[in-house]
Amino acid sequence: MKWATWERLDAAAAAGISAALVTRLADGAQSLFDGERWQGALDLAGEQRAAVRRMLAADKSGMLAGAEGLFVRCYARAPRLVVVGAAHISQFLAPMATLAGFEVIVIDPRRAFASAERFRGVTLIDAWPDEALEQVRLDATSAVVTLTHDPKLDDPALIAALASPAFYIGALGSSRTHAKRIARLTEAGLGDKAGRIHAPVGLDLGGRAPREIAVSILAQVIQVRYRGEGS
Amino acid sequence: MPTDAEEIFPPIRRWRASGLQVALATVVQTWGSSPRPEGSHLAVNERGEFVGSVSGGCIEGAVVTEALEVLAEGKPRSLEFGVSDEQAWEVGLACGGRVRVFVERLE
Repeated sequence: MKWATWERLDAAAAAGISAALVTRLADGAQSLFDGERWQGALDLAGEQRAAVRRMLAADKSGMLAGAEGLFVRCYARAPRLVVVGAAHISQFLAPMATLAGFEVIVIDPRRAFASAERFRGVTLIDAWPDEALEQVRLDATSAVVTLTHDPKLDDPALIAALASPAFYIGALGSSRTHAKRIARLTEAGLGDKAGRIHAPVGLDLGGRAPREIAVSILAQVIQVRYRGEGS
Repeated sequence: MPTDAEEIFPPIRRWRASGLQVALATVVQTWGSSPRPEGSHLAVNERGEFVGSVSGGCIEGAVVTEALEVLAEGKPRSLEFGVSDEQAWEVGLACGGRVRVFVERLE
């Protein structure tokens, strides 16, 4: 590997940018893809580049299918779980998601809720959700869950999430609450996109305690990450 | 939990700053149940010091030896290891899988 290639990899990792390195095992020739640009001596065909892109999205390193001796190493950033609302469920969801390998960000403008005392080891942002989400810059490795029960906080977060490539969007609330939410979002011109929201949030595991709901949410986020929507 | 990059990149950075040569070993293919997935890294410097892992400990010694040769010669190479049941038992892994490891010099 050229030191110049390693420097780019190191810089991408430091900046939290996902990158993929393709190596031809016969001679060690390489090219690096940083999500936008390709750099390096190894030339890949269009469909090979598309395949590398898919592998990077799933963070799956391995030999490139249909190619002779090309190895793809994915250096993907940790998936992020953005929790809107420093509620009781969030206090269970944040540490569970951290253990499951997510970088967790909790957003709540109410300082008494979003206190470091209640949320150790996670990033806390005590700004309004639309402002906070702009700061977070949701990407295709991000999941967003709203848990405030308050449309004043949940709706701006959902509107921002629906405009992003986040791989998962979920909102706490009953089917009836969600129907009202859909009506509000439709009024805001997002009726065609609101179907992306998982609500009632989480897999139906039967538990109703906050810690059990946290498990069901985390399970659904992981399921959608690997199986995609409609799973 | 640190990613591979978080674990091995800082030592590589330090070794380079100290003027040490560095080789990188990567698991590129696995068959059966292997201890470490594809993409796992082991970095070795010219003194034989290493960070990261490409197995549960069964083949690291052999990989370091090969990496020192790659540092001397400069040409990358692919190594194949069968993790025998006996070795697997010794390191507490009931795997018996096979791995292919690519070793290259940073230059």
